Amino acid sequence: MQTVAHGDVHTQDTHHGDHGHHDHHEQSWLEKYVFSTDHKIVAKQFLITGMMWAIVGALLSVLFRIQLAWPDETFPFLETFLGKWAEGGKISNEFYNALITMHGTILIFFVLTGGLSGTFANLLIPYQIGSRDMASGFINMLSYWFFFIASMVMFSSFFIQTGPAAGGWTAYPPLNGLRDTAISKGSGLGFDLWALAMVLFIISSLLGGLNYISTTLNLRTKGMTMFKLPLTVWSFMLTAVIGLLAFPALLAGVALLEFDRLLGTSFYLNDIIINGNLLDYKGGSPILYQHLFWFLGHPEVYIIILPAMGIVSEVISVHSRKPIFGYRAMVMSLSTIVVISFLVWAHHMFVSGMNPNLGAVFMLFSLLIAVPSSIKTFNWLGTIWRGSLRLNSPMMFAIGFVSMFITGGVTGIILGSAAIDIQLHDTYFVIAHFHLVMGVAAFFGMFAGVYHWFPRFYGRYMNETLGMIHFWITLIGGYAIFFPMHFMNDIPRRYYSFANFETFNRFEDMMVFITVSAIIVFLAQLLFVVNFFYSIFKGRKVEGEVCNPWGSTTLEWTAPVERLHGNWPGELPTVYRWPYDYSVNGRDFIPQNEPLKPGEVEHQ
Amino acid sequence: MSTAAITHEQGHATTDEKVLWQGGKSPFKAGYGKVMMWYFLISDTFTFASLLVTYGALRFAMTDNWPKSAEVFSSIPLPMFEGVHAPLVFVSFMTFLLIVSSYTMVRAVQEGYLMNRKGVIKFLVPTLICGLMFLGCQYLEWTHMMHDGVTATTASEITKVVNFGQLFFIITGFHGLHVFAGTILLTWLIVATANGRFDKVGHYEMVEKIGLYWHFVDLVWVYVFLCFYLL
Repeated sequence: MQTVAHGDVHTQDTHHGDHGHHDHHEQSWLEKYVFSTDHKIVAKQFLITGMMWAIVGALLSVLFRIQLAWPDETFPFLETFLGKWAEGGKISNEFYNALITMHGTILIFFVLTGGLSGTFANLLIPYQIGSRDMASGFINMLSYWFFFIASMVMFSSFFIQTGPAAGGWTAYPPLNGLRDTAISKGSGLGFDLWALAMVLFIISSLLGGLNYISTTLNLRTKGMTMFKLPLTVWSFMLTAVIGLLAFPALLAGVALLEFDRLLGTSFYLNDIIINGNLLDYKGGSPILYQHLFWFLGHPEVYIIILPAMGIVSEVISVHSRKPIFGYRAMVMSLSTIVVISFLVWAHHMFVSGMNPNLGAVFMLFSLLIAVPSSIKTFNWLGTIWRGSLRLNSPMMFAIGFVSMFITGGVTGIILGSAAIDIQLHDTYFVIAHFHLVMGVAAFFGMFAGVYHWFPRFYGRYMNETLGMIHFWITLIGGYAIFFPMHFMNDIPRRYYSFANFETFNRFEDMMVFITVSAIIVFLAQLLFVVNFFYSIFKGRKVEGEVCNPWGSTTLEWTAPVERLHGNWPGELPTVYRWPYDYSVNGRDFIPQNEPLKPGEVEHQ
Repeated sequence: MSTAAITHEQGHATTDEKVLWQGGKSPFKAGYGKVMMWYFLISDTFTFASLLVTYGALRFAMTDNWPKSAEVFSSIPLPMFEGVHAPLVFVSFMTFLLIVSSYTMVRAVQEGYLMNRKGVIKFLVPTLICGLMFLGCQYLEWTHMMHDGVTATTASEITKVVNFGQLFFIITGFHGLHVFAGTILLTWLIVATANGRFDKVGHYEMVEKIGLYWHFVDLVWVYVFLCFYLL
């Protein structure tokens, strides 16, 4: 038996090529925990880096919310921390722009793309498909370290003389196309660092994505057909497909923007007049940049939400003790979203001056994408329906995800209509929409995932009481922040102060309410961070030989509690059934690696 | 255990679509590296596509002013051909180099299947030489154009608009960067082959992988060539 098991290890390891001989030598501390090629360690690295970024990104939002709520007050402590950016205790105009720019960039790319996909795709793909590791552990390690370098470059831009990029996370030219700190401080070195960090980030995402796709396709264990994959794996793989096809457009777009800035080419700039002087740029098109940017920018929101959807599908099914409702419909709707996500980008550009007929096409597809999204929503509700729900923190966050996704999704249909969008473009209504549907919702998915798979990471549970407090404050607080913004549907976003605008001045109290809510929600997230690190060392331990705290069917819970390089001590598990056999045949759950009984019909 | 092993074996024997996707092996009968290379190339296609879309968008906004390619590339940038009117001859030679290198690459892959180390090297070396010659030609053409006053930010009397120069240098530059990376890969590949690395591993899939990349770079050239020299 022992020899057979060993032989199996080697069959699998032939896929690893040169990096497969990790079993045979002792690893140094550096190899094990820093430059590790083990998918579990890489996942932890992404998670912790993502958490750091989330704190930074959220803190930035608290800072600009303070400015929006109390534009006339001064807060001396701000000057203590921010120095010249908040002279006299009031955040400067320039810094306000930098804050909103970096808030968007950090949360969209570094937390909800890098942090979310990086963590869960790395942890779950090899575990759930029954593989010893990612296809290439080395490329996987590179993916994290590119992410890390990108993070460092982006973070360093906070500490330079002219400050970080300040032209919006979309980096539209002409504002960002001129390297002139007289126009905006952030358009100096800050923007160059932003662009460099984004290029490094794209490389990281490319390396990660290549691994996720080829691992899922190539390294599934015996019996693991595509339709026996858990929905998490489907969502991570399809997310990687979107990333692989969408990020190149941003790469090209940002590279050309930098050529405009550094070499003086005219890709996006044309006849610019500054202080009465006509600049040398001829023949460029700023709308071209918008097309390139949103060809990534829109699929990007699906890169963010798809992993959350996968996590939520899994968590809801496990904690409802019910098979997921409509497994194939879930896979098909995910795939449909991938295809349509590439056909909707110009709905961000209804007011850009592009041909209105083109807008009609993009409007059609934008409304159409509501169909697969609704299929998924109804399937989650169908899964919860008459289940024996365990209302613990992962489940509550998963339900919270569905709630946020519906609330934010409904306004998406409103905004998808070009005629209405032209009215609502760049208002607080849009902020409410996208924060609920892809910001807060994706965070809920991420939290559900962390609470649910924490035992897989550390062999311990997270604290349930703190988890529940965290959940209720975040849910109520999330709505308290963003729901009122629906009523501010004529107030332009990104304004530093409304003091000089009579029309926009009538929501002063609402602004204070939102800011107070934001501060409370921010503090509640620190509770999560405390819970996370406390539970690593002091959390309740998972009992039993294998780590299966929730009574789940999927393969990651068939491995032992202790972390092994290679995941399973003996041979790899063989898969016989689909991943959602809950409450069937008079049993609570049947693991995927349990053979079908004689006469048992396989789930179709 | 033995039953499972037998099923596994049978899986190899049949090409039935369903069996291929049943797990335990690659459905493409290829290592992860080859699969990754394919996905990387698809991704890279989108980068080039974005650049060529940029070309299209800028060019079609100024149809009348766009220079005629036969006038821009009317001579051969070598001292001995000075003054000779030979539109598009030089670039045809560059294209020819890449086509030849594609052919020799195919033969190298073929020799790899046969596990013929000497044969692989025999065909990789001319591939590398063609790649290096292409880069050399590109250097000559670039310096020639700059000499005529066409740079990424300036236009000559013939190119009329700055946008031609900027697109030309950025896009052919990005392609040249890919060829350059390819020559580095090929050099490494030749050394590794000569050292018997792939005989030890037992297969020459690496030649195939780098071959895929090389063919991709040649294929992209067709589109770059089309945009700047033919249309």
